[in-house]
Amino acid sequence: MADELEPQTKISTEIAAIAGAAAATPANSTGHPRRDYAPYRSSVLRHPTHELVRVDPEEVERVSPAFGHTDVDLLESDLTIQHTGEPLGERITVSGRVLDGDGRPVRHQLIEIWQANSAGRYVHKRDQHPAPLDPNFTGVGRAITGEDGSYRFVTIKPGPYPWRNHHNAWRPAHIHFSLFGTAFTQRLITQMYFPGDPLFALDPIYQSVTDPEARKRLVSAYDHEANVPEFSMGYSWDIVLTGSRSTWMESEHDHD
Amino acid sequence: MTDESTTTHRQTPSQTIGPFFGYALPYDGGPELVPGNQPTAIRLYGTVFDGAGNPVPDALLEIWQADDEGILPRELGSLARGQQGSAADAFTGFGRCPSTRAGRYGFTTVKPGPVSGKAPYILVTVFARGMTQHLFTRCYFPDEVDLNAEDTVLNAVPADRRHTLIAVRERAGYRFDIHLQGEGETVFLDFDD
Repeated sequence: MADELEPQTKISTEIAAIAGAAAATPANSTGHPRRDYAPYRSSVLRHPTHELVRVDPEEVERVSPAFGHTDVDLLESDLTIQHTGEPLGERITVSGRVLDGDGRPVRHQLIEIWQANSAGRYVHKRDQHPAPLDPNFTGVGRAITGEDGSYRFVTIKPGPYPWRNHHNAWRPAHIHFSLFGTAFTQRLITQMYFPGDPLFALDPIYQSVTDPEARKRLVSAYDHEANVPEFSMGYSWDIVLTGSRSTWMESEHDHD
Repeated sequence: MTDESTTTHRQTPSQTIGPFFGYALPYDGGPELVPGNQPTAIRLYGTVFDGAGNPVPDALLEIWQADDEGILPRELGSLARGQQGSAADAFTGFGRCPSTRAGRYGFTTVKPGPVSGKAPYILVTVFARGMTQHLFTRCYFPDEVDLNAEDTVLNAVPADRRHTLIAVRERAGYRFDIHLQGEGETVFLDFDD
């Protein structure tokens, strides 16, 4: 039965129905994805059915672990120098700033990234995609944000890859990001995409964010000024960590 | 309402951690906040279940907590733990552990002291393939009967679900199972400010 996957048309129909309902009730938008998003089949048994219990954060939630030079080496932000040779693919930089909801920099905090190689293959034993591994690319990086919240990674543009959510399902190319803010309530794991990807409309993970404006915030920009001439293409992407407070106020505001 | 004017920048949406974080996020020493032979060490462990009651083999758990005196650590070095011989490491309060094929996780840590005199707990964050966004919960301790009885969060939760926030004392340590959905669904928290 596992081989009888559902067609893309069925998934796309479900995506469109949920998007239509969401557009009719924008007051419900928090910017975050739906936890119960059936087109992403794995979410069906992995979301709570009870409302989250809304509570005041204590000090534990209002602070975050401290990370720094003893945790991350500066060289870990360059994913192209982790082996003896040069990885294959399109060399890129991904840079930007991590900000809070007021636009203030999130300083000296940990960013971790992981990604597929240029052929769309992860260095992970569960990845069975028959695309080549690259002996010169692992696809894992770390950095600590600067005084102005800035970060910069040197890497290879990841390829799209197939998965088995449904028949002929392909993930748009993306880089996974893990971030810490100044409060643990700002903790975020997300994915950064590349502009103009033709798979956006078809992908239930990207579409699990039902607010189209919020979805755009997951897409990096090609930044010609960020290119290193004769070396790498530049993509820029700022990340905003508001925690739960402002997303809640945003939805309250939208009720008026 | 005009409160939105205070928020000029909008949240970057969450996306699922996916299935392939295993070679990227876990790190040596992640689940061992203190050495197991430290006299104050406790084991905190459990199983993550999905809505069908099946264990979740591809979850990632993070814990964040005060030290045994109720102080939130400001020490660097969570990711470097164990590299210099763990006995020399400062307590950072942060741990990370992937679930096993049986859906199990386990940390070695200390029981936090009360922060500002309130019932002690460990903040537990759950990520997994199939979860579009992480979930927060708190692990309280069954041997803090008096402080737990006064705790505003425990009291805000329906009585029949309260036990999902309190670890079970066993011979090996504290067991804190997590049910993402269904029978015995864990109480998950959203934080106001």
